[in-house]
Amino acid sequence: MDMPAKPKKKLGLKERYAVMTRGLGWEPSYQDIDDIFPMDSFEGIKIHDWDAWEDPFRLTMDSYWKYQAEKERKLYAIIDAFAQSNGHLTVSDPRYINTVKMFVNGFAPLEYMSHRGFAHIGRQFRGVGPRVACMMQSLDEMRHAQTQVHAISNYNKYYSGMENFRHHHDYLPYLQVPKSFFEDAATGGPFEFITAIGFSFEYVLTNLVFVPFISGAAYNGDMGAMTFGFSAQSDEARHMTLGLEVIKFMLEQDPDNVPIVQKWLNKWTWRGVRVLTLVAMMQDYMLPKRVMSWAEAWEIYFEENCGALFRDLERYGIVMPPCVEQVRKERDHLSHMAWCQFYQARGTSNFHVWLPSEEDMDWLSQKYPDTFDQYYRPRFEEWRRMEEAGAPFKTTGINMQCQVCQIPMFFTEPGDPTRLAQHHCHHEGEQYHFCSQWCQEIFEDEPEKYIQSAIAGHDVFKGKAMRPEADPTAEDFNPAAEALAFWKLENGRDNGLHYGSQDERNFSMWRGLASSNS
Amino acid sequence: MPVNAVADYDFPANDREENFHGARVIYAGWDKHLMFSSPYAWPLPPDLPFAHFLAGPLAEAFGQHPDFAKIDWSHAIWTKNGEAFTPDLDKTIAENGLIHKDSLRFETPGLDGIGGQFI
Repeated sequence: MDMPAKPKKKLGLKERYAVMTRGLGWEPSYQDIDDIFPMDSFEGIKIHDWDAWEDPFRLTMDSYWKYQAEKERKLYAIIDAFAQSNGHLTVSDPRYINTVKMFVNGFAPLEYMSHRGFAHIGRQFRGVGPRVACMMQSLDEMRHAQTQVHAISNYNKYYSGMENFRHHHDYLPYLQVPKSFFEDAATGGPFEFITAIGFSFEYVLTNLVFVPFISGAAYNGDMGAMTFGFSAQSDEARHMTLGLEVIKFMLEQDPDNVPIVQKWLNKWTWRGVRVLTLVAMMQDYMLPKRVMSWAEAWEIYFEENCGALFRDLERYGIVMPPCVEQVRKERDHLSHMAWCQFYQARGTSNFHVWLPSEEDMDWLSQKYPDTFDQYYRPRFEEWRRMEEAGAPFKTTGINMQCQVCQIPMFFTEPGDPTRLAQHHCHHEGEQYHFCSQWCQEIFEDEPEKYIQSAIAGHDVFKGKAMRPEADPTAEDFNPAAEALAFWKLENGRDNGLHYGSQDERNFSMWRGLASSNS
Repeated sequence: MPVNAVADYDFPANDREENFHGARVIYAGWDKHLMFSSPYAWPLPPDLPFAHFLAGPLAEAFGQHPDFAKIDWSHAIWTKNGEAFTPDLDKTIAENGLIHKDSLRFETPGLDGIGGQFI
């Protein structure tokens, strides 16, 4: 059959945008639209005009592929160069590798979860504008997960603690904190998910994550991680704008949306900051060459930047989440409390820990003049004495955990750094414990959800941390050893103290071979 | 407020006592001893005498601290979920009225951590 020859007409930018985004939607004729999109109304968010959605980027799929492919080519050229030149030996100090371990175990799987979440809501929003934006973000997140895993696989060839990152993310106790955070978001409705991840995490808190890890990588000579950070950065700018756009869209569509959005902002700012405890610790204790302290990052990226943002949202009736008051009080304690916890519970981590040196402690005193010398230095000095005496302090007990954030209950009272905080409530005949008033409020708002939390310590007691072949009735059954085997944690290699570890010895030996003739 | 969901949402609590093979979870933390970063949890048989709990699991968790050997248990001050609690050391966990997921804290007067610094 002969096709009539048509003159090829090149679409203008605006036209192409209209055809390739808004033009992809249609009015259903034989199905009720509420049946097609059953999930975008149950949360109570009222949208009267989906067409009022402003696409912040006007990106179409064809140019999306083009940009991403270009970035990918550059990134993989650097990752290959890093591998071929033994880039892992050029990092500042072998301690740095532990931040890479934490990243691939704790963070890369969240990128993948984010991909799934955005794919889901990219199906569930009835407005075609946000659907296309969410689909692109979903693809970005998949790419980020992949490039992070690829970049870090260079380290996995030489060092421990990374080869089981997927299994560890699912089961290792400390990783249940980031995992449950994201599962909480993904099991909300589409509007809550995008408020939690698109706005609270990617907008409000994103720089607090990005700067320590990616600038940390740059400061510590990690070309691979630095490059995937920069490769992701242009996507992150788009994600931030999407997050902000969706918040404004909800607030502008109906005044009834305001209290719902405020509730989510309160919840997800708190949930986000609790997860960032890990980042605060990494920043103050794990980077051999430091970028800035957690306290400084908080001042710049939260107080200054987000202060302005929340002032901007005031015209809709949105206020700063009240939990921020407690975050401020914890600012000068957070990283110290977390490192104390990881130091003593080092048997169940897949990275190594160490005591801060004299020089490290002097830096910490300078950055935390009101807290470090008074509350934390004496602890580290005592543990130093115990290490030197040949009996390093270590705990093997199972920590009591918060029912919501799942972090061990190591947070002190906001006004009293010498007393651990505990909050408690009853629900349908069961009792529950929380690290804070804010986690308790989140629980009490939706108790049916959080009574299902899989608390890692409790799972050990219930016999869930066992391989299928384990026989707990055997005479020589050792539950602690079985839990390590179930977690795929090789005791003495993957966990424990950094100095003297296989990773530290190998790094020093290989660097020696690379830089000398003997 | 009930959870907002697209369908019926009714699931049992994950950590009901019946899931712990006859044990009940008890938490305990030692106040003014922040060397231990958080309280610990144990699955305890309800018929375990309280004194055995102190001499066994509790000692194993806190025994590394030089203050632990100096504790006079008759002077320890206990709380349970934030309220005053006086355990009878000879009675069992159940006879002391402890139920699943009770949180105990104890203070040891005169022992305030290394150098009196709450460590």
